[in-house]
Amino acid sequence: MSVLALRHVSRSFGPIEVLHGVDIALRPGRVHALIGENGAGKSTTMKILAGYQPPSSGQVLLDGQPVSFASMGEAEAQGISMIHQEFNLAEQLTVEQNIFLGRELKRGPLLDKPAMRARTRELLDRLECRVSPDRVVSTLSNSDKQMVEIAKALLRDTRVLVMDEPTAVLTRAETAILLRQVRALRKAGTAVLFTSHKLDEVEQIADDLTIMRDGRVVWTGEAAAMDQHAMANAMVGREMSDLFPAKVSTPGEVALEVRNLTVPGFSRDIGFTLRRGEILGVAGLIGSGRTETFEGLCGLRPATGDVKIFGQPVRIDHPWQAQDLGLCYLTEDRKTRGLLLGKGLRENLTLQALSKFDRGLIDTTAEERALDQAIADFDIRGHRAAMVGNLSGGNQQKLLFAKTLLADPRIIVIDEPTRGIDIGTKQQMYVLIRRLAAEGRAIVVISSEMQEVIGLSDRILVMRHGRITGELGADATEDAIVKLAMGVATEREPA
Amino acid sequence: MSDATAPAPRRIRMTVIGPILALVLLVIAGALMNPNFLGWDNVTNVLARSAFIGIIAVGMTFVITAGGLDLSVGSMAAFIAGLMILVMNSLVPSMGAGIPVILIGMAVALLAGLAAGLLNGILITRLGIEAFIVTLGSMGIYRSLVTWLADGGTLSLDFTLRSLYQPVYYGGVFGITWPIIVFAVVVVIGEVVMRSTAFGRHCAAIGSNEQVAKYSSVRVDRVRLMTYAALGLLVGIATIMYVPRLGSASSATGMLWELEAIAAVIIGGTVLKGGFGRVWGTVIGVLILTLIGNLLNLTDFVSPYLNGAIQGAIIVLAVVLQREGKAR
Repeated sequence: MSVLALRHVSRSFGPIEVLHGVDIALRPGRVHALIGENGAGKSTTMKILAGYQPPSSGQVLLDGQPVSFASMGEAEAQGISMIHQEFNLAEQLTVEQNIFLGRELKRGPLLDKPAMRARTRELLDRLECRVSPDRVVSTLSNSDKQMVEIAKALLRDTRVLVMDEPTAVLTRAETAILLRQVRALRKAGTAVLFTSHKLDEVEQIADDLTIMRDGRVVWTGEAAAMDQHAMANAMVGREMSDLFPAKVSTPGEVALEVRNLTVPGFSRDIGFTLRRGEILGVAGLIGSGRTETFEGLCGLRPATGDVKIFGQPVRIDHPWQAQDLGLCYLTEDRKTRGLLLGKGLRENLTLQALSKFDRGLIDTTAEERALDQAIADFDIRGHRAAMVGNLSGGNQQKLLFAKTLLADPRIIVIDEPTRGIDIGTKQQMYVLIRRLAAEGRAIVVISSEMQEVIGLSDRILVMRHGRITGELGADATEDAIVKLAMGVATEREPA
Repeated sequence: MSDATAPAPRRIRMTVIGPILALVLLVIAGALMNPNFLGWDNVTNVLARSAFIGIIAVGMTFVITAGGLDLSVGSMAAFIAGLMILVMNSLVPSMGAGIPVILIGMAVALLAGLAAGLLNGILITRLGIEAFIVTLGSMGIYRSLVTWLADGGTLSLDFTLRSLYQPVYYGGVFGITWPIIVFAVVVVIGEVVMRSTAFGRHCAAIGSNEQVAKYSSVRVDRVRLMTYAALGLLVGIATIMYVPRLGSASSATGMLWELEAIAAVIIGGTVLKGGFGRVWGTVIGVLILTLIGNLLNLTDFVSPYLNGAIQGAIIVLAVVLQREGKAR
């Protein structure tokens, strides 16, 4: 007996039908994984389940009875909660205030703060989250925000919990905690819907599995019947060849030499060299200072140290200085640091290399040609006149690549090249990154996905607590990286 | 996606036609109520009165588009006017009352405007203080300085100089007075800069997301600084056109200009939080504000003392329309 189900649900936006007759059933005490490429219809399916959107046709069944939720509030009152990929937290309020937002405990007319404090502590302890209840949410890391979202759902005695890519921003350790929580919820009889691009997690946690492609369910059944390879094939609808292109690097001259790079508060004494044609992977837990180190290198934060670019000692205090030297940083955060979501494709594409189009006035014809070229080269799909905020994550990421590459950098730092994008697009990105290396550019790839670091890199640096704890070759194992990243291998040595 | 090749729907947005529509309605209403309204004298009068606020508002469009704000422009204009008059008067004994003194006075106005704008910009970009706070402070400082320079009264320009200088406000070519010509030139340059230069593009990028601009190697602080410097320079130009009108400056000079300039920018469809601006819209905003005052003076339906109330209502209405345009 399912607690919440969709029967023959279709959904149209204007003239375009994006879901075609979807059936899915969530059962109490089971984890149901929903997977598919970006644009396959997962998000719409989840939103209909959680009462955010009504179906255009078909039925939503709650305990077998057709229901129609007028709002998400009604769905929530029935015990259905959804945790979004983009957090739904009031940034200026504290953790405690967020968890109790809208259902504050009261004693008479006043807030019962001790009771709320105690309950918050208890919920956070359950999640093994060591954040203080009175921290302001805007100061939290993404993973801690995720935990606050989950604590919020836990407070609401949820019967059905819909989680949209909850692990996308989490480290391995945090993911393990999250999965443990999901198992606990399952044991308590909650029905969980879980989406993820990380198929190994799906394999670990899912009882039931539904695979979507192009707005249809292409496979559904017991998760145990599918292995990762079969899932990937069903998602893309074709045989996935090896995800990563062959490593055929021929390292050339030294492009970048870094000594004693220190980013106050984040990392210390970072040193490495990078050659042309080489892909250097940087692994480490979230919070190990990877992003901040390279932002410091590229003039995006205050940093000290000796940096040589093609043998020349350089001083970089601002990102535009780095770009003038041929060094570009491609951010992990495309929505708030990478792209102007309220502007069009053309303005975004040329923003970083606008001087190339500046003949006193901006040459818009040349800009349009560059956009044609980028759309063709990077396979950017979507409306040419669309606002960038309306593109899918994968297309945004491609546009971000195109934008950075328009500046023609010789050295590129790519932070999380494939966060939140589907497996087909991922493969395109990997091919692209390898091609950039083959063109003779020097590349740094920062990634939290072990497979990505291993599959892509010629060499791997591992960071922990703001320091480089080791360097591994192209044949590194996941185990070796994890040991260095967690400090297992070095902890026995006297400090 | 199946609609990938469909042409972009060209929706007529309220934010685009709203201000134009309002202006057209005002003109029609004015023409019906008073036959002199569309006469040459009244039209040039309206345009000339619009010029001071208009020149400043063009600069304000850039500041606001880049996500900033400048509250000090009104008192800055008063201070520059006072300074200009003092310098010119003090040169009369040594240089005589002639054109060179007036040219020096103009140079002083331009330099003072540029310096004042740079000072605002440096405090905002280098010290990272909120634009609102910095310019609220400088607003008070300039207003107080001009009162001090005038010793609480009025600074009057030397009488001979005044008659020499007057043509800058009252004279012109082909019956079009200089303030209108200067205003037009500033508007044309402003529109081109906003629409088709890297500077204009960078202003919009910074205003819509400063982080993205920074990560895209835009020299955020320099662009910001330049918007305040340009605004200061334009305040200097506006003051040069304004001083010959009355030939004096007092603590009441330029009172509330900052609010009128900001209001004109917003009525014209520039987004107050930044990220999108249009100079032609600002011109329409200025004209709407001036026309309302003009209409109230020409007709006797409503007391001219209610001018501020009507302007206020229009500002609120403009922002409401802006929000509707965004929601669609």
